Amino acid sequence: MSLLDYFKTSKVSTASLAKERLQILVAHERSSKNQPSYLPQLQKELLAVIQKYVNVSQDAISVSFEQDDDQETLELNITLPDSQTKAI
Amino acid sequence: MARVIVVTSGKGGVGKTTTSAAIAMGLAKRGHKTAVIDFDVGLRNLDLIMGCERRVVYDFVNVINEEATLNQALIRDKNCNLLYILPASQTRDKDALSQEGVGRVLEELKKDFKYIVCDSPAGIEKGAHLAMYFADDAFVVTNPEVSSVRDSDRMLGILSSKSRRAEQNEEPINEFLLLTRYSPERVKLGEMLSVEDVQDILSLHLLGVIPESKSVLNASNSGTPVILDEKSDAGQAYADIVARYLGEDRPHRFIDDKKGFFRNLFGGK
Repeated sequence: MSLLDYFKTSKVSTASLAKERLQILVAHERSSKNQPSYLPQLQKELLAVIQKYVNVSQDAISVSFEQDDDQETLELNITLPDSQTKAI
Repeated sequence: MARVIVVTSGKGGVGKTTTSAAIAMGLAKRGHKTAVIDFDVGLRNLDLIMGCERRVVYDFVNVINEEATLNQALIRDKNCNLLYILPASQTRDKDALSQEGVGRVLEELKKDFKYIVCDSPAGIEKGAHLAMYFADDAFVVTNPEVSSVRDSDRMLGILSSKSRRAEQNEEPINEFLLLTRYSPERVKLGEMLSVEDVQDILSLHLLGVIPESKSVLNASNSGTPVILDEKSDAGQAYADIVARYLGEDRPHRFIDDKKGFFRNLFGGK
């Protein structure tokens, strides 16, 4: 570190960037760690059933699992497109 | 009552074997009969760090398979007669370790030793799993670097769910953070995660910080645990860690940049 370096320290520190990225990642990984292992398969099969009747895309469905002290919640969220039923 | 300590990290190359060698030597030097076991079957290196690589006759797998007795396989350290090394097998693979076999060897060691240090291999597979399974205390070795912190967090999840203590609903493993290869100068420049950053993320009790130090390579070059280099910063940092683990209250060192503003200003190294 020399005198010159003191005049070019305007950039964001990479350490704070690292901390921010890690906090997000670790929080995500901790929450998904307690999820039941059947969740991805469940999401896939639900999507297939819904697609039989409604024209929805892959990311229109989300399945999440939450665990509190005394209860477990399975949340299913489907976003339907504007024009409804698809003729099958 | 004997205690089993696992030195673990998930990520490789962060200093698990260096730490295992140093703290096992430190505990023995403080008068506690200690055994240190290499769980890295197929890639053993603890023997090299401890400087006993030419004295290996029998290994951990031989003892598990009852091809040798524990006393035949244990190597007494040349520097400290309270310290014994149980080397890993170099010719077998990780499947040679069984939970039942490891448990049996640890039970036998517990009769005679105060501390049993388990040097875990990297990864989260069989060797790493068995190294932590029977532990009472865990030293989580972490570098101030994203991949190491992430892997340590993963390992903490495994310690709290897949260990014997977790499975049998006993009191959980005591987990301690050892932050290694720390460079206060780089933290000051915003180039490296600080101790507080890592603690914020992992929420672990800090046992000590080992500064990035030339003495670690010098120690491994010569096959003497770095804690025996009492003049070195890393050696002193490990001695502090052993003292804190044994219940002494020692202020943390090697966290702040020792060099003054003016030395930095004029490019001091």
